[in-house]
Amino acid sequence: MKHLIDIKNLSVQEINELIKVANDIIQNKEKYSHKCNGKKLATLFFEPSTRTRLSFEAAMMELGGNVLGFSSADTSSASKGESVSDTIRVIGCYADIIAMRHPKEGAPLVASLKSIVPVINAGDGGHNHPTQTLTDLLTIQREKGRLENLTIGLCGDLKFGRTVHSLITAMSRYKNIKFVLISPNELKIPEYLKKEVLEKNNLEWIETSDIEKYIDKLDILYMTRVQKERFFNEEDYIRLKDYYILNKEKLEKAKKDLCIMHPLPRVNEISVDVDDDPRAAYFRQAENGKYIRMALILKLLEID
Amino acid sequence: MNIDSIKNGIVIDHIKAKKGMDIYEALNLNELDCSVAVITNAKSKKMGRKDIIKIDKDFEVNIDMIGFLDQNITINIVKDNKIIKKFHANLPEKIVNIAKCQNPRCITSQEKELDQIFILTNKEKQTYRCKYCEMSLK
Repeated sequence: MKHLIDIKNLSVQEINELIKVANDIIQNKEKYSHKCNGKKLATLFFEPSTRTRLSFEAAMMELGGNVLGFSSADTSSASKGESVSDTIRVIGCYADIIAMRHPKEGAPLVASLKSIVPVINAGDGGHNHPTQTLTDLLTIQREKGRLENLTIGLCGDLKFGRTVHSLITAMSRYKNIKFVLISPNELKIPEYLKKEVLEKNNLEWIETSDIEKYIDKLDILYMTRVQKERFFNEEDYIRLKDYYILNKEKLEKAKKDLCIMHPLPRVNEISVDVDDDPRAAYFRQAENGKYIRMALILKLLEID
Repeated sequence: MNIDSIKNGIVIDHIKAKKGMDIYEALNLNELDCSVAVITNAKSKKMGRKDIIKIDKDFEVNIDMIGFLDQNITINIVKDNKIIKKFHANLPEKIVNIAKCQNPRCITSQEKELDQIFILTNKEKQTYRCKYCEMSLK
């Protein structure tokens, strides 16, 4: 039985297959509408994340399956002190597949070691969020037509931003990828990622705090939110939250076929005046999240 | 100073000077019901000064723990007054319940019954990462 805990669990070939299935789902929705008849997805959200949960639930429903679960630890037996291992053993009796979000890093891995059904990590603290990465890869492929030969700008919180870490790790496996890492000094990418991913794979990368300096070189601009919940100190959060705001003016120098992405929710980092720009792909990206999750559910349930 | 040689047991040699008690404690040697000698600051041609631990009993020593603490340590297995095996402890691929993850966001900080497992991710730099949250061990 296979789980998805970390994007590194999937080979490039498996990722490419998932993208192919997701694209087929987009083209032929009816063909997939009964694939999961009689199957149940449990969404175990020990911390709230409305859009990820709804994306999983919509994915299962569009496959003809059913969903059950909870949306915060307060409404689960975790509030009574039950361990993750015990919870997962019980839920495995009721569902065919589990999507789990947990504030503690490594909790979905613990779950997968005890589960009798496939477990999907739907986000564990600041650690992994592999279905977001799959969503990003599908979006890049659909918007740019390729996953190779790209210059990718990553902007905002590169220190705590798990989506950024996973995306760098995933994209480092494709040919001729260059990164422009745009962040304030306090939110730079961790050293271990530089050494163990960027340097190890001989990737070309630049660090800067100036978003406008390299914007004309980018094929993709991936904006991120500075997340309040990752800070222990509120003063630091307030100081850094509005460091970058992407607006029409800043985009004037950018390529005509730039693809602007954001994992959402956004706060102030992308001005609403960018939303109507055809280069703004973030709402299409959110929709893609549902299709790649559909492809993933089919793969883990071994349904063709 | 003379310490009697042992007939059957283990000699842990080439411990960095004054680190013998750290090894003694890490291996929980105080729990043994046999004679244990910790010799500190002994003269050494190779090291100048060194510590040695002699254990007067054949027991299963935690080689992973020794390898994790110091790979230069030599372990001698003694049987009938003769050294029958002499080896260095390698850096273990995995350590279990030897160190504790310091990440407050790690699941091990909440669920205390979980084993504390660290995986060797970079042999050259001797980097271990928590199996669950991947935070490096400091």
